[in-house]
Amino acid sequence: MKVKGVTVDLISRSKLEELTSSEKIDFIIGEVKKGKILILETGLTAAEQADLIKKTMSTIDHDTFIGIEMEGYPEEKVGFFHRLFGIRRSRITVIGPANLLKTIRKDDQVIETIIIPGKGV
Amino acid sequence: MGLLDRFRFSSLGRFLEKIFGRRHARIGIYGPPNVGKTTLANRIARDWSGEIIGSVSDIPHETRRARAKSNIRIENGNSSLTIDIVDTPGITTKVDFRDFLNYGMDEEEARRRAKEATEGVIEAIRWLDDVDGVLLVMDSTQDPFTQVNVTILGNLEARNLPVIIAANKIDLEEASPATLKTAFPQHPVVPISALTGHNMDMLYSKMIEHFGKKKRRRSK
Repeated sequence: MKVKGVTVDLISRSKLEELTSSEKIDFIIGEVKKGKILILETGLTAAEQADLIKKTMSTIDHDTFIGIEMEGYPEEKVGFFHRLFGIRRSRITVIGPANLLKTIRKDDQVIETIIIPGKGV
Repeated sequence: MGLLDRFRFSSLGRFLEKIFGRRHARIGIYGPPNVGKTTLANRIARDWSGEIIGSVSDIPHETRRARAKSNIRIENGNSSLTIDIVDTPGITTKVDFRDFLNYGMDEEEARRRAKEATEGVIEAIRWLDDVDGVLLVMDSTQDPFTQVNVTILGNLEARNLPVIIAANKIDLEEASPATLKTAFPQHPVVPISALTGHNMDMLYSKMIEHFGKKKRRRSK
């Protein structure tokens, strides 16, 4: 028997690091269009976020997919050598279908979201 | 490309820009929908050239194509800067045509507007490659920690593009520009009302100072 509900996938850093930027974006869009909510351990770089928004806009069909809800934190510079060479590490990000996931509150410590009732698959 | 543009991008132009600072800059006006980007673009254009750039509306995504106005010279005392303004469509992660039905549109019109809005978002992001600096407009009555603001700022920082945050709508009672200053302490924040013109002198002064700086290294 198939259990009804919303699938929330926690995607590990190692899984994300296996993917190129374009593979990562295709993966996210593909999963979100299936109605899944993804929590990315390492999030996306700023450039990847912009590419994800562009890809989302070109994927919207206005009947079954109206876009994404995405919330994360700015990339952070960690460690001496990271700071020296301007290397940043992206942080946790939650992404889901815009008709399913809604951000309630976000500050520099907490992202609070709700799953919109009745929209689960 | 005009003669002046050719000079700007020539080796000599770049060398002189490094020595003396920028005198001509292409400035993108960015932000989420309905924060007052076109109102600000119109305010700047009207203050210095007597013309406006585009129409404004309470309906989101009124600006669905980027619009530019060239050679606007802004002055402050002995300092000046000539800018080309690019008023960009609002950046968002979702567009639902049903939202437009609440503004009295029929479904066909709402669907068309939604499609144009998605194309506008893509165009706005592409323009990031072709601007020298950004006026990031935020609604000072709203929570500033939105993903769109974070994404835009992250991309500007990655490109090392100078940015001024225009904390707009301070004419409204619930405005809290101090919240924006606290949220983004690493960037200059200027509280303004593009609608009434309040504090625009302060913004012009900051634009000349910030966008006219000696050219900084750019990376993508």
